[in-house]
Parts: sequence; structure tokens; C-alpha cells
Amino acid sequence: MKLLRLAPENTKFPFMRFRRVSYPFSAALSIISVVLFLTLGMNFGIDFSGGTLMELRAKSGTADISAIRSEMRKLTSGDIEVQGFGSPSDALLRFGVPKEGAVAQEQTVAAVKDALGSQYDFRRVEVVGPRVSGELVQSGTLGVVISIIAVLCYLWFRFEWQFAVGAIIATMHDLLLTVGFFSITRLEFNTTSIAAILTIVGYSLNETVVVLDRIREMLKKYRKMPTDQLIDVSVNAVLPRTIMTATTVFLALLSLVIFGGEVIRSFSLAMIWGICVATYSSVFICSPMLIYLGLRNTSAESAPAPEAKDAKAKKTGAVKTA
Amino acid sequence: MLRFATWKVVSILSATVLALLVIAPSLLSPGARASLTNHLPSWFPVRTIVLGLDLQGGSHVLLEVDAASVLKTEVQNLRDDTRRLLREQKVPISGGVAMLPQGVQFHLLDPADAQKITPELAKLAQPIGGALLGGPVPPRVDVKQLDNGTIQLLVTDAAIQDKIRHAVDQSIEVLRRRVDALGTTEPNIQRQGDDRILVEVPGLQNPEKLKQILGTTAKLEFRLVAQPGEDANDYDMLDQVEEPGKLPVEKQVMVQGEDLTDAQPAFDQHTGEPVVEFRFNIRGGQRFGEVTSANVGRPFAIVLDGKVISAPRILGPITGGSGQISGRYTVESANNLAILLRAGALPAKLTIVEERTVGPGLGQDSIDAGKRAAFVGAGLVLVYMLITYGTFGIFANIALMVHIAFIFAGLILLGATLTLPGIAGIVLTIGMAVDSNVLIYERIREENHAGRSVISSLDAGFKRAFATIVDSNVTMFVAAAILYFLGTGPVRGFAVSLALGILTTIVTAVTMTRMMIALWYQHKRPTKLPI
Repeated sequence: MKLLRLAPENTKFPFMRFRRVSYPFSAALSIISVVLFLTLGMNFGIDFSGGTLMELRAKSGTADISAIRSEMRKLTSGDIEVQGFGSPSDALLRFGVPKEGAVAQEQTVAAVKDALGSQYDFRRVEVVGPRVSGELVQSGTLGVVISIIAVLCYLWFRFEWQFAVGAIIATMHDLLLTVGFFSITRLEFNTTSIAAILTIVGYSLNETVVVLDRIREMLKKYRKMPTDQLIDVSVNAVLPRTIMTATTVFLALLSLVIFGGEVIRSFSLAMIWGICVATYSSVFICSPMLIYLGLRNTSAESAPAPEAKDAKAKKTGAVKTA
Repeated sequence: MLRFATWKVVSILSATVLALLVIAPSLLSPGARASLTNHLPSWFPVRTIVLGLDLQGGSHVLLEVDAASVLKTEVQNLRDDTRRLLREQKVPISGGVAMLPQGVQFHLLDPADAQKITPELAKLAQPIGGALLGGPVPPRVDVKQLDNGTIQLLVTDAAIQDKIRHAVDQSIEVLRRRVDALGTTEPNIQRQGDDRILVEVPGLQNPEKLKQILGTTAKLEFRLVAQPGEDANDYDMLDQVEEPGKLPVEKQVMVQGEDLTDAQPAFDQHTGEPVVEFRFNIRGGQRFGEVTSANVGRPFAIVLDGKVISAPRILGPITGGSGQISGRYTVESANNLAILLRAGALPAKLTIVEERTVGPGLGQDSIDAGKRAAFVGAGLVLVYMLITYGTFGIFANIALMVHIAFIFAGLILLGATLTLPGIAGIVLTIGMAVDSNVLIYERIREENHAGRSVISSLDAGFKRAFATIVDSNVTMFVAAAILYFLGTGPVRGFAVSLALGILTTIVTAVTMTRMMIALWYQHKRPTKLPI
């Protein structure tokens, strides 16, 4: 049986040459992401902004979005969002926290149920008070920051510091671009999205570690090779695995997007974007960073590093093989 | 590579069989499950997977103790204590004891009295009973002497925090009794943070009822209705539940809900209307008897949470220690009132700060969607591995299926809750799990292309990929662990599935695949690698 190969054999692709393109490119994308985040902002779900979300299904026939909207106008003066959701008989209804506070919020929910209860089933009702949402933002951000720090510590222990720094820069890059992705696509950002982001962080680091592991191995094997060449050899060596894994995860996520249902669709879409960015950054952002950080003094382009560093690298290598 | 200890083979196979046995009950119909229970030894865990509220439908309500109302009660108590103290010590003051936002204040007629009263006030500052728990207990109030004989007593922040903490503990007990009385399955009630209580009730059809039961304070009082000509300072104008308008009710509480021992819904013997029957303890019964004997003919108001629910006229002394609350009740509302009265009053007002309700229909849809996504995702990955690696792909696929079995068995044994994001986590680990196999296989190919023999390529492939697998999985695991500790609800579910998936990867993708390849090699003795 002829086996499928997505990656060509024995590639000698000069990845490191692309850093002159990839760095400005990524820098531009990162800046755009930050600008988008600051200007356009995120489409925060009620988890973060506070408010009410109701998912309705018409008891018979299709959901009449405009009728629901006009009904809602009568009940509350605040921002209301009514939209189709999944099948034609479903509607999603969202409104913010009324100025009068949490009690008014509860009352509006009851009023909506009274007004629409005869024609619609309430499949999901979520009410989040403004104070709770603030805390969710806090704990979410804290989670991302702490996990990055924890992983940084792990990498620092396991590898040379340049690897840890490279991995963190690549991860931050992936994070920024994911934030930009949420901002531009207007996908709802909620607590599940935090899970998506942390998983992207995990995946990004996973990718980076695989490449870095190979670079470290090659460092021991080819002691005289210039750093950029050495990284090229390493990246090419793991390329078949990179493509293979990215494709499998992509397939798994694709089935989540198509079959996983409306509730986790934004989560799955963000993850797909995340694995693409993570794969890219492990090759084009993290690895070239090692050259700039002066991983080894033999690189043609980096400034000569002191002898001690080389000795230290050898020592770590010796400990590893022992 | 070739040597693979028999005990390893046996333990891997038995772990797989055990995992399948653990999962089996969840796959069976309830009837078949029962017969399985009979055939297995009693120590064997016949448990099914716990579905999250988002999958089975149910309500999640987060309540917060209203700090303002706790403070208000505390200030009121302080005022009463201070008044009593001043009266006992016969210290005259000008004006009354004034209530401040966080304390009370009064003005001494004779500033020299300050010396006499201060040590007594200091006693008020002493907390009660806290010493049992050990550790320093914060003073209850700060006594401040302003110049010209004005004395301020301020409730300390620490005391308020302490009160709130107690209120939460007490509320949890009351809520548990109330929710249990609803008769739903396995409600989960727990403290969250300093001042919050999380109530999760799976499979509840009517969340409104739950909210009503949770939010009512249920402070019951029996007070006499004021007679014409009474001093307005001695009665409150209270809202009536049944009729429009207010009713003047005497301030003095005759009997309190605390003295209630039981309350049950019943039907009135004469009218056949639903009513609530209640019974008092001895103290309450005596008091109720005295009051009703002394006030025959007067209306007696039954006050719940500051509202008059009914004010029947006392027809004669009620000495049996039991009585009846009538109103325009339905069978259901009589039952609800009985539940509230039985469970006791909440120590403080609770506000609902978050509510999430998933209808059973949506829950079922989510399960179906999740299943579909998992099957399709797994199917795609299996096919892809097969067409990429052939024979080795089959090994990886077997390992993958065992891996999924391990995740589910792990979830069941831990009693972890499967949520929709949890399913997503599993689908994702399906994708990730083969990464270890891919790393190994690509390494084997590489070594083989570099000119090594079949056996030494296999050996080197496994050996070299292992460090990478550990490193890459540890980073993922760290992320999952942090997700677990910081996340709540569904995010936690996702973290558990992800972490379990990562842990079992090492066993299945590395050890199990290795075993299969070793056995295959011994059997076939290939001269060329099939990848």
C-alpha cells in the first residue's frame, strides 16, 4: 500500500532566511492586533460584560426575530440584541445590565418569559451580574499570565535561557494574534474562550518545545555549524511531524466546528486559528530568536558571545546524555 | 526494544480491560446496568459518567450575602445593646442613641460619666464565643470618645467580615434543607469565595421555583394587629400579601419562626382549601397559648419577611402548640411555604448575582452534537493515521482508542463532571494524542533513512522521541493544571479532560505502541520498515 506523505522527504528549506520577512510581518500583525483590541475591542460575552443571554426555540414554526425585538423594546430600554442562532426556529436574545442593577435584571428576565413564554421554549438562560463579570475577567487574565510564567520556569530549567525566552516571545505572539482574531471576527469572547486561549498557549508551547528539543540535539551533534544553518537543519528534520500533527489536530477541530454545535463553535474556530499561528511561530518566530539571542558564538550573524557560554552549553549537553 | 517484560504486557492489558469495565455501565441501558451490578463483585465501581449541567440541563445559581443588610442588622443590635447598657448603668444621655452608617453615637449629659461607661462599653467590643476556634478574634466594635462627651461605637470591618462568613455558613445549611425538600437529585451547594454560595441543581424543570425558594428569607413572626388609638411608635405599617393596602401591626413580636418545629401543607377541614399547618416547640407553644388566651377576638398577624400573609381573628385560646396559616394558597404554593418554614430563616438577605439555566432539550442536543463531533473527529484521525502509517497507523489507532477509554474511565473514577467544553477537550486530545505517535514514527523513519537497521531504528526512534514527548506534554499539562485551579464550571471540566488526556498519552502512545511494535517485530522479523 502506498502511504500518504504530506511533507516531502529530506527538505532543505532555508527557513531562517525568512526571518527578514517573518519578523516585520509578525510585528505588523501584532501591532494590528493591539490596535484592533484597543479600538474595536472584543465582543465580550455576558461572562465578562455582565448581562443576560437567552436562547429561545419556537414551539412551532420559525422564530420571528423582528417580533421578538419589538416585544423586547417594550420591556427594557437598554441595549438589546436579537439574532438567529443555529436553526431557523432558534433565536438568541441578549441584553446588558440595566442601570437599576441586578434586581431589575431578574425582573426583566421574568417579564421576557411572561411575554414570550407561550410561543417559545427557553432553552438556556444566563444572567451574570456586573460584579461577577469583573471578577471573571480578573481570574481569566490571571490564569493566562500564571500559566505563561509557570511554563517559562519549566523551560528555563529544562533548556538554556535563550530557549525559554524564544518560546515565551513566540507564545506572546500567538496570544496577541489570537486576541486580534477575536477582535476582527467579532467572535464572542467568554469564559470558554479563555479555555481556548490557554489551550492555544499549551499547543504553541508544545510546538515550540518539539522544535527546540531538536535544535538542542543538533547543537550537540554539529558543534561547528553556524546557528542559522543548524536551526534550518533542525526545523527541516521535524517538518514532517509538524505538518502531520497540525493536520490531525486540524481535522479534530474541524469536526468540532461542523458538528460540535453552536455553543462551542467560536471556541473551536479560535483554536483552529491558534494552531495555525502556533505552527507558524514555532518555526518563524521562536527559532530565529535563538540567533538574535546569541545561542552560540559561531553564528555568522550574531555578535560573538563569550567562551563561557559555549562551555556551559557543552556541560548541559553532557549532563543530558549521562 | 525486543525485550518486553511479560508483567508489562499483562499490566497494560489488564489496565485496558479494567478501563473498559469501568466505562461499560455508562454505555448500557439502565436495565442492563442493574443486571451488570449483580454480576460484578461488590467492590467494583459501577458508576456512570456525571454529566454537567450544560449537558443534562439544570440550574446554576450564584448567591451573594448582602453585606449591607448584615451591617444594618449588626448596627441595630449594637444600638439595642447600647441602650440596654445605658439604662442598666443609669447614665443619662441627651437625645437618643443615633444610628450611623457603620455604628452608633450618643451624647452624654454629664461628660464625667464617660469614665463610668467606657469599661462597660469595652465589654461590648468583646466578641462572643470566638475564642473556642483559637487564634485572635477581632474586636467587635471600636469605642471612640469624641470631645464634649460624645461617644461613638463603630462596628469593625473584621467583625463584619466575620458576620458575613457566619451568614454564609448558616445560609448554606438553610439552603441545603430547602433544596433537599424540593426532592431533586444531587444538588450541589457550596461556598464560593468569602460571601457567595453556589447552588447547582441538575435536571430541574422549573428554575423560577428554585429562585423563589432560594431568595426568600423566610423570617416568620406572629404579631398582634394594632388596635385603634394605639401610639404610632408602637406599630409598623406592613404590606399585605393577599389584600391591597397596609395593615398596622404591633412592633412586639409575640412568637417567632425559630420556635417552629414543623410545617406541612394540608387541607382545611371546613373549606377544603390548601393551608399550611405548623407546630411549635414547648416554649413557642406556651407563648402562643398565652397570647391567644389573652387576646381572643383580636386579629393576629402572621408576618413573613415583613409582609402580612394573613391576619385571622383569634377565635379562642390555641393551647395545643399548633396552628394553621390560611390564605389563598394553591397546593403548590402551600407546599413551598411549608418548605421555607421548615428549613428556617436565612440569616441575611441573599441576592442572585449569576444564574445559568439550561433546558433539558438543549442539554440533549449538546450531548448529541458532542458525540457526533467526537465520532467524526476520531474517525478522521483514525483514517488519516492509517493512510499515513499503514501497519504502524493501526498500532497508533489501537493506542488511541485505548487512550480514549482511559480518559473516560479516569473521568468516571474521579467522579469528574463531563461538560460540553470537556467533550471539546477530549476531541482535542484525540488530535494531540497521536502527536506522540507521530513524533516516534517520524523519528523511526529518520533513523531508518540515515541507514540504521530496522531494529536499531525502532529502538532509537522510541528513545529519542521520549524526551520530546515528556517536554511537550509537561507544558500542556501545566497549562491544564492552571486552567483547573483558576477556572470555574465548564472551564474546569475542560481542564480535567485535557489533563487526563495528557497523562494517559504517555501510557498509551509510548508504552502500548511500543509493546505492539515489539510483538509485531518478534512475529514478523521484517527486513524493511513499512513506514
